[in-house]
Amino acid sequence: MPRLTVEDLKRIKEEQKAKRALREGAYRVKVTVHMGTCGLAAGARDILNYIMDELNRAGVTDVVVTTSGCAGLCSREPMITVEMLNTPPVKYCDLNEEKTRRITREHIIGGKVVEDLAFVAGCETSY
Amino acid sequence: MDRYRVNLMLCGGTGCIASGSLKVRDALLDELKKRGLQDEITVTLTGCNGFCAEGPIMIVHPDEIFYEKLKPDDIPYLVEEHFIKGRPVQKFMYKEPEKKIAVPTMNEIPFFKYQVLRALRNKGLIDPESIEDYIARDGYMAAAKALLEMTPEQIIKEVKDSGLRGRGGAGFPTGLKWELCARVQADQKYILCNGDEGDPGAFMDRSIMEADPHVVLEGMIIGAKAIGANKGYIYVRAEYPLAVRRLQIAIDQAKEYGLLGENILNSGFSLDIEIYQGAGAFVCGEETALMRSIEGKRGMPIPRPPFPVVKGLWGKPTVLNNVETYANIPQIILNGADWFRSLGTEKSTGTKVFALTGAVNNVGLIEVPMGIPLRTIIYEIGGGIKKGRKFKAVQLGGPSGGCIPEHLLDTPVTYEDIVKTGAIVGSGGMVVMDDSNCMVNVARFFLEFTTDESCGKCPPCRIGTKVMLDKLIDITEGRGRDGDIELLEDLAKDIIKTSLCGLGQTAPNPVLTTIRYFRDEYESHIYERWCKAGVCRALCTFYIDEDACTGCTVCARNCPVKAITGEKKKPHRIDQTVCIKCRTCYEKCKFGAVKVGPADMFKEEETVEV
Repeated sequence: MPRLTVEDLKRIKEEQKAKRALREGAYRVKVTVHMGTCGLAAGARDILNYIMDELNRAGVTDVVVTTSGCAGLCSREPMITVEMLNTPPVKYCDLNEEKTRRITREHIIGGKVVEDLAFVAGCETSY
Repeated sequence: MDRYRVNLMLCGGTGCIASGSLKVRDALLDELKKRGLQDEITVTLTGCNGFCAEGPIMIVHPDEIFYEKLKPDDIPYLVEEHFIKGRPVQKFMYKEPEKKIAVPTMNEIPFFKYQVLRALRNKGLIDPESIEDYIARDGYMAAAKALLEMTPEQIIKEVKDSGLRGRGGAGFPTGLKWELCARVQADQKYILCNGDEGDPGAFMDRSIMEADPHVVLEGMIIGAKAIGANKGYIYVRAEYPLAVRRLQIAIDQAKEYGLLGENILNSGFSLDIEIYQGAGAFVCGEETALMRSIEGKRGMPIPRPPFPVVKGLWGKPTVLNNVETYANIPQIILNGADWFRSLGTEKSTGTKVFALTGAVNNVGLIEVPMGIPLRTIIYEIGGGIKKGRKFKAVQLGGPSGGCIPEHLLDTPVTYEDIVKTGAIVGSGGMVVMDDSNCMVNVARFFLEFTTDESCGKCPPCRIGTKVMLDKLIDITEGRGRDGDIELLEDLAKDIIKTSLCGLGQTAPNPVLTTIRYFRDEYESHIYERWCKAGVCRALCTFYIDEDACTGCTVCARNCPVKAITGEKKKPHRIDQTVCIKCRTCYEKCKFGAVKVGPADMFKEEETVEV
């Protein structure tokens, strides 16, 4: 990678936004596994494996699975955020294998929010 | 307070900001002013509505009309039609989607509702190991602006005007620190980041370094340009392996992209940053000790002045800021000082990150506007006290801070108001304690910590804290004597006055605040030999209130030494000769039948009988 200029920064910004954006015909769902120290200690690594396992079994390719840091509510880890095209991101917390596999099948693959497990929808104020 | 005819609640959630709600706000303010409506109609930024995909979203009160996908260009028409002619505009209105999600939104859950993310704006949103993810969220745009469009004086002015104060604890104005260092002429200057977070219960800086490492680098680049440094160190304790790893990845990526190193973004400015891993000594969070540690010497403070901005690392002018302070800098450069001041109070601007832990229901990392009352943090964001117990105190500022009692819970969280209580805002550790805590024991815990962590260089701290600790141990073990409280207060004053560095100067704070607000507990320990919380074993007796006991047998089944006897549905008894005062029965009893009495309660009875 050569030395960046401001134009490169702007280009990377737009490219990356486009790449990560959910849209018709590309990624339909984005799953974020929160992997701060708190998440990892609570078993986030296993949670990621369960999701990958379910996705592989189903042969789904329009889902992007990514990792991120602590989402703030450390006492409710492990936690994931599921964002589907045209809906607010939904957070699930206190996850275990059973819940994670169910969420993967019903929400991530099936497209229907698992209402009895969902914790919150949306994102925080940030201005 | 002004009364407005109409309230425009514009969403300021991350999703809506990304889809342009700030530009919509500016357009609204412009148009309202143009039409002379600014005194009738107010615009408020709110938390996330949960309909991020439909953003930017705006709710009009009192009509309760829901507009979606607003663009700045729509605003003149919208204002004219709706707010002048009184005709709500159908085409901007929200159409009911086919399926609604029956999940609460962040506005409905207090934990999220009261938070505003600035330093933590990328938390949980980006992959910390991807520089592209960071760039996609405006990453390094502030550095580009600072390096290419601003002079050091302009950067310093913006930071000074923002009112940003050091988030590491002392609250020194960041812009002023930078200005003092910029003024000094030197062939070499250093910019340092303090990631030596050591307060028990604090994890703000770790979370920022783990979740958003590039923001720390970007803040340092801007600071380096302001003071004229071309070498930087991030001092992180080795107990934070994930933070160290992610920071190192971030540094490597930034170097590869030419965002660190020679001639950054072709600006002619160069900066190299390295990580220095600390061995976990608490005193190394003190600036002069931290610099000695980087030099490879034993981490001990030296007297100031000269201050590090004049003579710091290797004798060169040095600026040291905390992780969270740097995390605020890029947003100040991008959005300006006025934007930063729009939250917080006159003297404590912006937001503060807290690590909320202890006896609250929601434990976590939160960011709130300065000036928010402690009560809101504990009861709304924290969700109140666990297991329905009673609040006793909140500990702010770790071993340098103090315990704030119930009657001061309406204190706004600002540097100046918290200091009045005897505590400090500190780096942001907030440990909530319920009525099962003994405040004398809490003071002893913190003093044990500082006595252990005292570097030993100056006698007031080395010997003074030890003497205070010995007194506290005496009190908690039943050897307290008349005059001990006064002696502690006296010693504390001397230690504060005569210690070399911040560690000693603040170490007595936990003792002083607990004496100030919970003197009765010290007195009952000393004069009644009674630790009413049942924590200090030498000073309590556990017994069962026979009227309250239902005979559920839980206590007897959980007692590890079989000291409790009794038949089902009949009052139980504790055999005092067997009881080891482990508190298990006290904690397990659902009916509050296990009571704590003074150490001598049964001995006295025996004496009477004889």
